Amino acid sequence: MTARAAQSAGGAVRPDDILLETRSVAKSFGARQVLKGISLQVVRGEFLTLLGESGSGKTTLLRLIAGFEQLTAGEIRMNGERLDVVPPYHRRVNTVFQHYALFPHLSVHDNVAYGLRVKGAPATEIAERVEQALAMVKMEEYASARPSQLSGGQQQRVALARALVNRPELLLLDEPLSALDANLRKQMQSELKALQREVGITFLFVTHDQEEAMALSDRIALLRDGALEQIASPREIYARPATAYTAQFIGQTNLLRCQVQGQSAICGPIRFSPATGPDGAATFSVRPEVIRCATGRVTAANEAIFRASIRQQIYAGATELLEVDCAGQLLRIRRAAGEPLTGEHEFAFSAQDAIRLRD
Amino acid sequence: MYSRAYKTIVSVPPLAWVGLFLLLPYVLMFAHSFWTVREGFIVHEWSFQNYRALLANPVYLGVFLRTMRIAASVTMCALLLGYPLAYFLSFRAGARKELLYQLVIVPLWVSYLVRGYAWKTILGSEGVLNGFLQYLHITREPVSFLLYSPFAVVLVLTHIYTPFVFLPIYASLEHIPRPLIEASQDLGAGPRQTFFRVILPLSMPGLIAGATFAFILSLGDFLAPLLVGGASGTMIANIVQSLFGAAYDWPLGAAISVCILLCTIGLLFVTERIEKRWVTQ
Repeated sequence: MTARAAQSAGGAVRPDDILLETRSVAKSFGARQVLKGISLQVVRGEFLTLLGESGSGKTTLLRLIAGFEQLTAGEIRMNGERLDVVPPYHRRVNTVFQHYALFPHLSVHDNVAYGLRVKGAPATEIAERVEQALAMVKMEEYASARPSQLSGGQQQRVALARALVNRPELLLLDEPLSALDANLRKQMQSELKALQREVGITFLFVTHDQEEAMALSDRIALLRDGALEQIASPREIYARPATAYTAQFIGQTNLLRCQVQGQSAICGPIRFSPATGPDGAATFSVRPEVIRCATGRVTAANEAIFRASIRQQIYAGATELLEVDCAGQLLRIRRAAGEPLTGEHEFAFSAQDAIRLRD
Repeated sequence: MYSRAYKTIVSVPPLAWVGLFLLLPYVLMFAHSFWTVREGFIVHEWSFQNYRALLANPVYLGVFLRTMRIAASVTMCALLLGYPLAYFLSFRAGARKELLYQLVIVPLWVSYLVRGYAWKTILGSEGVLNGFLQYLHITREPVSFLLYSPFAVVLVLTHIYTPFVFLPIYASLEHIPRPLIEASQDLGAGPRQTFFRVILPLSMPGLIAGATFAFILSLGDFLAPLLVGGASGTMIANIVQSLFGAAYDWPLGAAISVCILLCTIGLLFVTERIEKRWVTQ
C-alpha cells in the first residue's frame, strides 16, 4: 500500500513516509498574528493543498517552508531534520510563484537552467535536463524566447519546468493558476495533476479556490485565521466536515441548529434519529443533494421527513436548486432538473447524512 | 484633436528656444573652429589650421588625456560609492529608506561653488584635514598633495557627481521585482550568485546611465580644477576657458570644444546602444 493510499484510506502513516512536518508553527508580523500554531504533516508523494480565504495564512505557511520568512515559534522538519534553520538556497524545495517570477533578462532555456547552473552542474547534464524539463511542459520550441514574449499560460509552464528540473523533494505552488483565465485554468489543472503523477514529486499547493482544491488534491488542509480548521481527503472533507466553517467553505450546505435528546435531534418541525454525540444544542450539516423530494414515496425509519413550501427553483442544466421554506427556516435542495414545482411538498433526508459539527 | 494653428503656436516657443540657445551656438562654435585669429582679430577664412595645431601641440593632447583619466577615475569612484549606497538603500535600509534617500539628495541643493570652496578649506595646507593629521601626529608638516592636484579634482568631482550615479542605479534597483530575488534563492543561489546573476544584470541600465552622467559631466567640468586643481590638475575645459578669455583665441577654443562634443556624442551613442541591449533582454 503506498503512503498516499494509506493516507486517503485513513490508515496510519509510517514515520518514514512523512516528508515534511510543521510543529506548532507560528508567525507574527509585528502585532498581527498570521499563523497561530500550525501542525501538519506532508506525506511523501501526495498532492496536499493549503486552502483558505485571503488572510488565512496559507501563503505565509508556504513562504515559511520555502525559507522567505522566519518562524516566530515552532519548527519545520523535512525528512526528520530541522528545515527552518537552513537558508532558502540550501533547501531541497522549489517554488512556483504566483506571478511566475521568471528572470526577464534570461531566455526560457537559461531560466530553466538557472538552478542547475548555480549548483555548478556539468554543461552536458544541464543541456540534457533542461531539454527534458521543457519537453515535459511542451515548451521545447520556445527555448530561446524571452519570458516577455510568452503568454501567461506559457510562462506558467516555464516556471514549472524551472522548478521541476531541480528534482526537488517538495514543490511549493503559490496560487500558480490564479493569474490565468478560466478556460486555461481548467486545462492547466488537469495538466498539473497529470504532471504530479508522472514525476512523483510531493506537491504543496496553495489556493483560495475550493473547486480547484477538490479537483487536484489527495488531501486538503483548510486554514482559517491562521489556524488549521481541518485536514482530510477531498471526499472526506466534503462528506464529513468538522465545523460549520468547513461545511460552508467547501461546497454548499444547510446548517440545522438542533436540540439533541437521547438519540434524536429536533430542529423545529424537522426530527431525525439516530443522532450522534452528547445531548444539548448542536449544529448539523445537511448537504443540498442529500435531501430528496418525498411526496408520495415510502420513507425509512431513520429518515427525517418534513413539509416545506417552494420559494424558488433555480435551473442549472443537469441539476436544479430548490429553495424551500420549512417553518421559517430556509433550506436548499439540489436535485436532478425536473418538473416545475409550486406549493407545499414533503422532503426527506437520511439521519446518517446529517453531520454533527464541532462548535 | 488640436487644431493646426494651436499646435503651431504651442510648438513655436520651445523650437525657438532650442534654435536660439542650442542650435545657433553650436553652429557658431562649429564655424569658429575653422576660422583663425590674425593680429588680434578673428578672420573668417576656412581652414583646418586649428585642428592641425591641436594635434601638433603635445600640451593639448596631454591635458586631454589627463581629463579622460580624471573623468574615468571619477566615474569609477562614484560607481564604487554610489552602487553600494543604492543597493543598501534599496534592499537593506527598511524603514529608514526615505530619510536616507533625502540625505543623498540634499547636497544637490547646495551650490556647486559652495561645495568646491568647502573642499578648499578642508584640503588646504592650513586646512581642516592637515590640522587634524598634525594634531594626531600622523604628519609633521602640512601634506601638500591634498590640494591643487589631480587627486583633489577627482575627490571634489566624485563628491559632486556621486548623487548623479546613485539616482539611476537606485531607480533601477527599486524596479527589480522582489519575487525574482526570492526565485533566485529558491533555485539554490546564495547571496553572491543572486547578486551577480540577477541583481547586477537587471540594474545594468541604471549603472550605465549613472556612469555616463559621471563621465560626461566630469569631462566638461572646469570649476573643480579651477578651485582645487592647480597647474597639475588642469583639465581641458580650463584650456577652453582661457582660450576664450585671456588668450583670445576663440577659433582654437572652438576646435577643442568640437572635439569634446564629438567625444561626448560618441560616448552617448555607445552607452545608449549598450543600455538598449540590456533593456530589450
